Amino acid sequence: MTDTELEVRERAPAPDPERPQPTERVERVTVIKPAPRWPHLDVRELWHYRELLGRLVWRDIAVRYKQTSIGVAWAVLQPLLTMVVFTLIFGYVGGFASKGLQYQVFSYSALLPWFYFASSVNLASNSLVSNRGLVTKVYFPRILLPLAGVTVPIVDFLVASVVLVGLMFWYSTAPSAAIILAPAFLLLAFVTALGVALFFSAMTVRYRDVPYAIPFLLQSWMFVSGVVLPISEFPEYAQWLLALNPMTAVINGFQWGVVGAGAPELGKTLISVGAAALFFVVGLWYFRRSEPKFADTI
Amino acid sequence: MSVAIATEELSKRYRIGELQSAYGTLRDSLAAAAKRLVQRDHAPHYEEIWALKDVSLEVPEGQVLGVIGRNGAGKSTLLKILTRITTPTSGRAEIRGRVGSLLEVGTGFHPELTGRENVFLNGSVLGMKQREIQGRFDEIVEFAGVEQFLDTPVKRYSSGMSVRLAFAVAAHLEPEILLVDEVLAVGDAEFQRRCLGRMEDLSQSGRTIVFVSHQMQAVAQLCDRAVLLEKGSVTLDGSSADVVAHYLQKVGGSGSTRFWPDLETAPGGDLIRLRSVRVVEEDGEEAAAVDVRRPVGIEIGFTVRRFGEVPIFPKVKLVDQRGNVAFNAIDTSSRWQEPPHPGDYMATAWIPGNLLNEGLISVQVDVCSFGATKFVHHGGCADAVSFHVQDPGEGDSARGRFTGQWKGVVRPLLEWTTEER
Repeated sequence: MTDTELEVRERAPAPDPERPQPTERVERVTVIKPAPRWPHLDVRELWHYRELLGRLVWRDIAVRYKQTSIGVAWAVLQPLLTMVVFTLIFGYVGGFASKGLQYQVFSYSALLPWFYFASSVNLASNSLVSNRGLVTKVYFPRILLPLAGVTVPIVDFLVASVVLVGLMFWYSTAPSAAIILAPAFLLLAFVTALGVALFFSAMTVRYRDVPYAIPFLLQSWMFVSGVVLPISEFPEYAQWLLALNPMTAVINGFQWGVVGAGAPELGKTLISVGAAALFFVVGLWYFRRSEPKFADTI
Repeated sequence: MSVAIATEELSKRYRIGELQSAYGTLRDSLAAAAKRLVQRDHAPHYEEIWALKDVSLEVPEGQVLGVIGRNGAGKSTLLKILTRITTPTSGRAEIRGRVGSLLEVGTGFHPELTGRENVFLNGSVLGMKQREIQGRFDEIVEFAGVEQFLDTPVKRYSSGMSVRLAFAVAAHLEPEILLVDEVLAVGDAEFQRRCLGRMEDLSQSGRTIVFVSHQMQAVAQLCDRAVLLEKGSVTLDGSSADVVAHYLQKVGGSGSTRFWPDLETAPGGDLIRLRSVRVVEEDGEEAAAVDVRRPVGIEIGFTVRRFGEVPIFPKVKLVDQRGNVAFNAIDTSSRWQEPPHPGDYMATAWIPGNLLNEGLISVQVDVCSFGATKFVHHGGCADAVSFHVQDPGEGDSARGRFTGQWKGVVRPLLEWTTEER
C-alpha cells in the first residue's frame, strides 16, 4: 500500500503553495498564422504584454540614469542651455516676439514639450535596431519598443519642468485655468511622436541611413513649431498650413495653460489633432506592415 | 494523448536578395528606383526560395522530436516560426502550452544593470509575470549561486556567472514546450553543456521538446522521434535512430577523400590549417568501402603556419551511423612532444582490421593540444570523410558463419580460451 502511495506522489507532486503554479496550463493555445493583409493594432495583446512594456521603460530609465555621469542634470541642462542661447540670440539681439512673455519663459515653455517630442522620436526611431538582440530572439509585440521609446522621455520632461516652475516664480508668470488641458496637449505630442517614430523605426530596420536624417529633420521641424518664433507671428495663410504640424498645437496649447499665453484657435488645433491622428495611423500601418520581416532583415 | 504542436502546411518564402543583403540604405534604394525610372526598366527581379514548404507535423505532448538536415534545409526557420520570431508565408501552427526556447537564454541582459534587475528584466522578456518572478526570485538566485553579487552590475560578472544566472531564469520559466536550436545556440562549451543538460531535465519531466541539432549522436540519444528536413520539406519521419541512420548514410556523400586547396578558407586558424583527409588502405589507395578484416588508415594532411607554443597532435573520432562515437584516438608518439614548427604534415591513423562493426563510419579529424580539462581544437572538420565497413562473409571475421544482424559499435575479433573441465 505504501509503495503505491509513494509512486503516486512522485508522479504528481503536491502543489507548493509558496510557489505560484503556471496558470492557464491548458488554455494557453498559440495560433501562428501568416501576417494579416490589413495591419491593425492588437490592443488585447498589448494589454497582455503591459508588464514587459513597464520593464522596458524602466530599463531605459535605469540605464540612462546610471550611465551618464551627470544623469538627472542632463535632462535639465539640455533645454536650459538651449533656452539661454535662444534668449540671447533671438530674444535680445533678434528682438523676436514672445507672446507678451519674457523671452526666457516663452522659450523654455516651448522647449519643454519640444525636447520631449524630439528625444522621443530619436529614441523610439532607433528602438528596434538598438534592441536587435530582443527582436531576433524572443517574441513580443514589436510595437512595445517604440512605445517604450516615447514613454521614457516623459521622465526627462518632468525633471526639466521643475526649472520652468522656478522661471515662472522668478518672472512672476501665472498659469491659466487652461492648465488642466495641458496633459491633453502632451498626449497630442505623445501620439504624434509615436506615429512618427513607428514610421522611422520600421524604416530604420530596412534602411540604415535613415537614422542620420532624423536629427536634421527634427532640427528643421523645430523652426516651424513655434519654439523660436510664435506661430501667431506668421502670416495667416502660413498659420493654417503650419497647423498641419501637430507640434504647433502642442506648444501653443501648453503655453496657453502653463504660462498663461493666449488661447490657441480651435480650428487650427483641430487640424493639428487630425494631422496627429493621420501621422499615427500612417506610422502604425507602415510599422505593422513591415513587422513580419523585422527579424529577417534587422 | 493530446497534441502539443500541430503545424499545417507551414511555409516560409524568402527572396534570395533578402537573404544576402537584408538591409540597405534608403539612398541606394532611391538611386536604384530613379535609375529604373530613367531606363524604363522593370521592377527588380527577385529569385524566391521556400525555406520551408508545406511542413505538416504533429508533436504529441511529452514527445522529444529531433529535427535534422543540412544547413539551409529549413530547420532554424521552422523553429523561428514556432517561437514566433518570424511569421510564416502560409500555413498555420497551433501550440498548446507555454513555449520556451534556449535561444532566448540571457536575452535582454543589460550589462549596466545589476543581477537583481536583470533577473526581473529577463524574466519579463521571457514572458513571466511580475509575481511569478517575485515568487521564484530566491530560488533563481540560489540556483545561480550569485547571492553576494546581486547588486553588482552584470558587466562585472565573469562569463560563467552570467551564464549561470541566465540559465537560472530560463530554468524557472517552466515551459511546457521547449524549442532548442542547438545550431544557433552558439556559446562556449559551458553554455552548450548546460543547454543539453537542461533539455534532458525537461524531457525527463515529460515536457514536449523540439530539438534542432547537427549532433546526430545527441539526436539519436535524446529524441524519441526525428524528422529529416530537405529543402524545406519533411522527407523522412520516424524513430530517431532510423532517421539518423538514414541521414548519415545519405550524407555519406562526404566520401572517402576531402581536399581544401585554398589555405585561407581551409578549416583551422592562424596556427593550423587542414589540407586533406583521405581514407586509405594498406597500399595507400583510397577506399570508400573497406574489408572489415583489413586495416584502414585515416590520412590527415595539415599545414602548421607558425611556430606553436604547445605540443599539438592529430586526432580522429569515428562515429557510426546511429551517432555513437566508436572511439577517439590521438597520436601520442614522441613525434608530437615538442611545439610544432611550420611546415606541411601528413599523419595517418591506422585502424586495425577486425575492430569496427559493419556499416557507415563518419570520421571527424582535428588537430588539438591539451587544455586544462579538454582538448583545444586548432583546426578540424566534423564528418570530414566516411567509409563503409563491409564483411565479405568468408567466415574468417568476427562474424564467423553468422549472417544476421550484429549489434555494437565495434566488432572485435577476440581471442577466446576454453577448457573442458
